[in-house]
Amino acid sequence: MTGRKVLTGQHFMHGDHACAEGALAAGCRFFAGYPITPSTEVAERLALRMPQLGGVFIQMEDELASMAAILGASAAGARSMTATSGPGFSLMMENIGLGVMLELPCVVVNIQRGSPSTGLPTAPGQSDVMQARWGSHGDYGIVAYTPWSPQEIFDLTVHCFNVADRYRVPVLLMSDEVVGHMVERVVIPAEEAIPKWDRKQPDGKSNGSFKPFQALDPDLVPPIVHAGDGYRIHYTSLTHDENGFPDLSPENHHRLVTRLVQKIQVNADKLILTEDYYLEDAKIVVISFGSTARSARRAVAEARREGIPAGFLRLISLWPFPEKLVQQLAKDADAFVMAEMNLGQMVHEVKRHVHQPVKGVFHAGGAMMPPEPILDAIREVASGGNGHTRG
Amino acid sequence: MATAILADKHPLDDLIRAHRMPNIWCPGCGIGIVMRCFAKAVLESGLPADDHVVVSGIGCSGRVAGYMNLDSYHTTHGRPIPFATGLKLANPRLMVTVFSGDGDLAAIGGNHLIHAARRNVDIKVVCINNFNYGMTGGQFGPTTPRGARSTTSPYGNPELPFNLPYLLAAAGASFVSRWTTIHVRQIQEDILYTYKKPGFTFMEVLSPCPVGFGKSNNINEGVDEMELYRQRCVIDPSVGLADLEIDLREERPIYVGRLVDRDLPPYRPVTLVETE
Amino acid sequence: MIQVFARVPLDLKEITTPRGQVYIIPERCKGCDLCIEFCPEDVLYNSDQTNSKGYHLPAVAAGKEQSCVHCEFCSLVCPEFAIFTLAVSP
Repeated sequence: MTGRKVLTGQHFMHGDHACAEGALAAGCRFFAGYPITPSTEVAERLALRMPQLGGVFIQMEDELASMAAILGASAAGARSMTATSGPGFSLMMENIGLGVMLELPCVVVNIQRGSPSTGLPTAPGQSDVMQARWGSHGDYGIVAYTPWSPQEIFDLTVHCFNVADRYRVPVLLMSDEVVGHMVERVVIPAEEAIPKWDRKQPDGKSNGSFKPFQALDPDLVPPIVHAGDGYRIHYTSLTHDENGFPDLSPENHHRLVTRLVQKIQVNADKLILTEDYYLEDAKIVVISFGSTARSARRAVAEARREGIPAGFLRLISLWPFPEKLVQQLAKDADAFVMAEMNLGQMVHEVKRHVHQPVKGVFHAGGAMMPPEPILDAIREVASGGNGHTRG
Repeated sequence: MATAILADKHPLDDLIRAHRMPNIWCPGCGIGIVMRCFAKAVLESGLPADDHVVVSGIGCSGRVAGYMNLDSYHTTHGRPIPFATGLKLANPRLMVTVFSGDGDLAAIGGNHLIHAARRNVDIKVVCINNFNYGMTGGQFGPTTPRGARSTTSPYGNPELPFNLPYLLAAAGASFVSRWTTIHVRQIQEDILYTYKKPGFTFMEVLSPCPVGFGKSNNINEGVDEMELYRQRCVIDPSVGLADLEIDLREERPIYVGRLVDRDLPPYRPVTLVETE
Repeated sequence: MIQVFARVPLDLKEITTPRGQVYIIPERCKGCDLCIEFCPEDVLYNSDQTNSKGYHLPAVAAGKEQSCVHCEFCSLVCPEFAIFTLAVSP
C-alpha cells in the first residue's frame, strides 16, 4: 500500500476497509472518530491511509466530539466522515440535527450491530434503520443508503459524499456487521472514473446581498460558503432566516423546517436507489436490504424454482423510501414479504404504501438471516396463509 | 469638548453586526465588554478579519458569535470546542476562537475542554464565567460557589465548584489566564498574546450576571459586581494553582493574571506528506 | 543665575494632557452605569434623558466639559458599544 489516492484494481477487501477506501477515493480528507466494534476497522484503515495523503485523522474523545468535529471540518470546506455503530450513533444524534440545521455536508457510517444498548458488539443487526430517519429531535429530511457487499460499501461511500455535497445534508451509510466484516472481491476503478459532484457555491465575492440560507433553485439547496471565504456568514443552530440570523417567529420556523424536509422530498427521485430481481410478473414481492438481502435473493430464486411467482426488491436507499415504486408494485402484487434483521422497522414503511398483507420475517439480530425463514414465509403466503405479520 | 455628542456609529461597528444591536444581554452584563476586547484584538491581530472564525456554544456567552462580523458558528450546547477543532484542522490558516460560558464549556462540554487542552489543539478559548446558567434563568453550574442561591438550588448550592485554571493546567493547557470584565486592557493584551502562541489557550473572564446570579446572591447590579472586582482582584504569582478558588460572596482576594504559560508542542495531525 | 534641571522633565513643554470628546449612541445604552462609575475624571452622570426603551443615558456633568482625558475607559467598559471618545486637539 502506498500513498495512492485511489487503489485502482482488484482486491480481496474487508468491508470496513472498502468503506475507508471509498471515502479516500471520493476525496475525503478529514476523519474524526471513536473506536467501536464493528466499525473500528474503518478508523484503523484511515489512521494508516490519511497520513499518506496529507489528510487529517483524529481520534476524538467520544462520538459527540467526532460528529461535531466533522461538521467543523465540513464548514471549512473539507469532505469529512465518521464511522460508528449503534451506541455511538445514538450519541451523534444531536449533532446530526446540527448538520441538518446548518446544512453542512458530511458522511456518517453506522456499521450496525445487535441493539438496543450495548447489545451484541460483534454481531450484526439492522435495528437502527428507523433511528436513521427519526433519531434526532424535530422534523427534518435525511438520506441513508445500505450496502450488501464490500464492493457496494465502496461504491455507496463515494455516492454518499456526492449526495452530501450536492444536497448539503449529512448522509448516513447504514451497513451491518456482516457486510462490514466480510472480505470479498472489490474492484476499484481508475481515479477518473470515480464520480465527483461539487458543492453548489455562490459566484463572485461577497456583495452584501448574498443570503446564505436562501434557496432560489427548485432543488431547495442554498449555495454554501466556507469559513475563510470572506463572506462572514453566521451559522446558527437556532431557527434562522435567510441571512443566517436567528428568527424565532412561528412563520419563519415553519418555513425553514418545511424547506429542510422538502429539500429531500423534492429530490427523492434523484436519491432513491433500488435493485430488483424477477419483479416483472411477481405476485409475491419480497423486500429486504443489507446482508439480509443476500438471503432474500436466494430465497426468491428458490421460490421461483418451486414455481412460486415471487420477486425481490432490494432497498439500496433506505431514506428516502421508494414509496412510488412500492405503490406501483402494489397494483399487481397479491402479497408482500419483508425480511429484516430487527423486529419490524422498514416493514411499517411498506405497510403504509400497500393495501395487501405484508408478512414479516424478523429477527432481532446476532447472525445473518439464512434464506430458509424467508423461503418459508414466501411459501406460506403463496399457499394462502393469511400473510399478516404477527405482532 | 462640550456635552456628549449623539452618534449613530461606533468605531468598531465594522467588526460587529451593528444592525443587530442592541444586543440581548441584560443591563450590567459583562459579556459585551469581553466581546469588545475581542473585537479590538481581532483588529490589532495583524491577521485579516476574513481569516478569523468565532465558534460558540449555547448560552448568553454563546451569543457573541451572532454579534461579531466574522465567519461565526453558533453550535450545539457543549460542542464548540470539537467543532472548532474540525475547522482548524481542516483549514489551518484560520484563527479559531471559541467563545462560550462556564456551563457550556465546563459542564456539558467538560470532556471536550480537557481533551482539547490535553491535545494542545491550536484554538483560543475564552470562557466567560458568570457563575451560573444565565440564558435559562439562573441555575447553578460547575463554577457556582457552594451555598450560593440559584433557581435549582433554592436552599443553596450543595456542590463544590471547579477551579478552572487548576483544571486546565492539569489537563495540559499551554496558556491559562484569568481576568474580570474590569481588566479590559489585560483581556485585549492576552487575546493578542494567545494569537502568537500556537496551542490550546484558555482565558477565564469573570463577568457580572446581575439577573441570573447577582440578584439572588446579594450583588444587586452589574456595577456592584464590577466594583467588587476592582476591590478584590489581586495578581500574586506566589499563589499556587490549587488555591485559586473563587467565591464572590466572601471577603477574600480574587486571584487574576497569567496563571499558566508554557511551551508545549501544539497538536499536529500525523502526516507523511512533505508540506511546503 | 544657575538654571536647575533637576526634577523638571526635559520634554515638559511638549507633553500635553490628552483631551477627548464623548460620543453616545443613545438607542444602544441600557443604563448600566458602568461608564459613569468608572470614569477616572468623573465626567459623566446619570441624566434624566432616556432612550426609547426608557434607559437613562449618561451625560457630561456640568463643569466637566473640559475634563475628559480620552483614556477611553468608558468605551472599553461599555458592554453595548454605546459610548466612545475621540481625541480632540488641545
